[in-house]
Amino acid sequence: MLLGQTIICGLLLGGMYALIAIGMTLIMGVMKIINLAHGALVMVGMYVTYVCSKNYGIDPYIGMFIAMPVLFLLGCLIQKYMINRLVEVDSILPENQVLLTVGIMLVLTEAARLMFKSDYRSVTTSYSSDTVFLGAMSISVPLLIGFFIAMVFTLLLHLFLTKTDIGKSIRATSQDRDAAVYMGINSSKITMITFGIGAALAAAGGSLLLPLFYLFPDVGHLFTAKSFIITILGGMGSTMGAAVGGLILGLSESLGATYINMGYKDVVGLVIFILVLLFLPGGFRSLVKR
Amino acid sequence: MRMNMLNKKFLLTIAFIILAVLIPVVIKAPYQLHILILIIIWAIIGTSWNLLGGYAGQVSFGHAAFFGLGAYSAGLLTLHCALSPWWGILLGPLVAALAALPIGMICFRLRGPYFALAMLALGEIFRLVFLNLTDFTNGAKGILIMPAITNKMFYYYTGLGMLALTLLATYLIVNSKIGYYLVSIREDQDAATSLGIPTTLYKNLALLPSAFFTGLAGAFYMNYVAFIDPNIVFNLTNVSVMVILVVMLGGVATTWGPTIGAAIYIFLGEYFRTTLGSANVLIFGILVCLIIMFLPNGIAGELDLLKRLTQRKKASLSGGV
Repeated sequence: MLLGQTIICGLLLGGMYALIAIGMTLIMGVMKIINLAHGALVMVGMYVTYVCSKNYGIDPYIGMFIAMPVLFLLGCLIQKYMINRLVEVDSILPENQVLLTVGIMLVLTEAARLMFKSDYRSVTTSYSSDTVFLGAMSISVPLLIGFFIAMVFTLLLHLFLTKTDIGKSIRATSQDRDAAVYMGINSSKITMITFGIGAALAAAGGSLLLPLFYLFPDVGHLFTAKSFIITILGGMGSTMGAAVGGLILGLSESLGATYINMGYKDVVGLVIFILVLLFLPGGFRSLVKR
Repeated sequence: MRMNMLNKKFLLTIAFIILAVLIPVVIKAPYQLHILILIIIWAIIGTSWNLLGGYAGQVSFGHAAFFGLGAYSAGLLTLHCALSPWWGILLGPLVAALAALPIGMICFRLRGPYFALAMLALGEIFRLVFLNLTDFTNGAKGILIMPAITNKMFYYYTGLGMLALTLLATYLIVNSKIGYYLVSIREDQDAATSLGIPTTLYKNLALLPSAFFTGLAGAFYMNYVAFIDPNIVFNLTNVSVMVILVVMLGGVATTWGPTIGAAIYIFLGEYFRTTLGSANVLIFGILVCLIIMFLPNGIAGELDLLKRLTQRKKASLSGGV
């Protein structure tokens, strides 16, 4: 029974991680950079939802629809006025854009610390300690709701990427930017929109996790680490890969926490990450292709 | 012409050394000396990172692993063997370099951003393991030692000697054949391989001294600050990432860049802390963003570029074509 409980909790949590990671994988696919500010964007999204809930009494699951547009705008601005500028800049290190995202992470985290102090905060709703029973296994309600919303978003995003014009342009740009430009796609506009969508997804994932996690300015590092692990697990730039990778990470963390040691929970994910990098560099997507 | 420039550089270096040695004659207050010692520690880490990250182009997000290993070697010696932590100055760098061997073997199979991420993951693994091996490392309680020497002047000169050693070693490596190989790997690894350079070997040759001197800084930190815990010395943001930002600020792939960056980082940090309170890191972050956007090779790096630009202008004018 413990095993079943562990597996279900891990999968449910993993679904929400996946939503955050999909945002990162989109950005990575189109811009070919690792966005180390992604966790900080999650954190900002969480704070927006937190403020909505605390000051205006808006339920976190509704507040998320305020956090998403806010973060979309923030993402667009960051991409347009900061990261995009570096494309033409000549520098010694090719990782300049990645380093800039580190700077952005620092600024966002410290701005949050200035506004909200380093205190641990949490949102409590009427249902946050409710559980449903599945046989002898108890599952927390926020975990369940969060998972289903995350899955709905993943599905919607998949439809958006495959059915709409903008979605198709995003995929085209991530496959071959030059060819996409030849086909008349405005690649700088597309990268801006992609970064915005990535940030909005980060906010959505953060809001879903808000009832489950403590919120503090440094919480972003945790999500940056998780989402780049998932991105590599699933294969860079692959949405469905990231979804599967999220579930795997959630599952392995949950199993590690139950059967090895709570403190080593995060080590499990990192070790899997290095192993995948070394022996399966294309991620799980490359297994499917074979 | 070339001799002239070399002479100028040599004289500047001599002047700098004399200045550094004589500073404590003027500055005697412990607080000011403390700031100088912090600058020295960061300059050592930055210079070591620069060898791997700047010259060889292998951006490591996990140098906290080596820093922490150096610090913990010194701390654990005192904790378990009741030896003076100063033995850690000998052991720490060796432990860090030894750890760098397998780390290099694993991570140099990867390139570019993947390498950066693998190093980041390894650094975090070290932190989590040291945090959880409570019997061996005291876990989050950390290690506290009673320093035998409290005279800051002593630490200043010891640190200065270590910085000089680090700078000299980096300078010698960079200006040897290895250095040219490293730069060629940074500029185009495939081209370097096709010319017969064993790239993995040379990357390891950059990583080993880099880890060695970072470990030295760690062991010195333990002796100076006298308290460590895994969240301080293995910290991702405050060590691994900060060292990259320090080098970016000062100048990537320049001899003095990391030292300049360290001085700016510590001075600004202290200045902003007294004037702006808790906003100091925020201002530093904004500064880093601006530097990366407008001076992408750091202050020392762009100085070189500016010089070259003006010289080229003169050359083309005198060429008269």
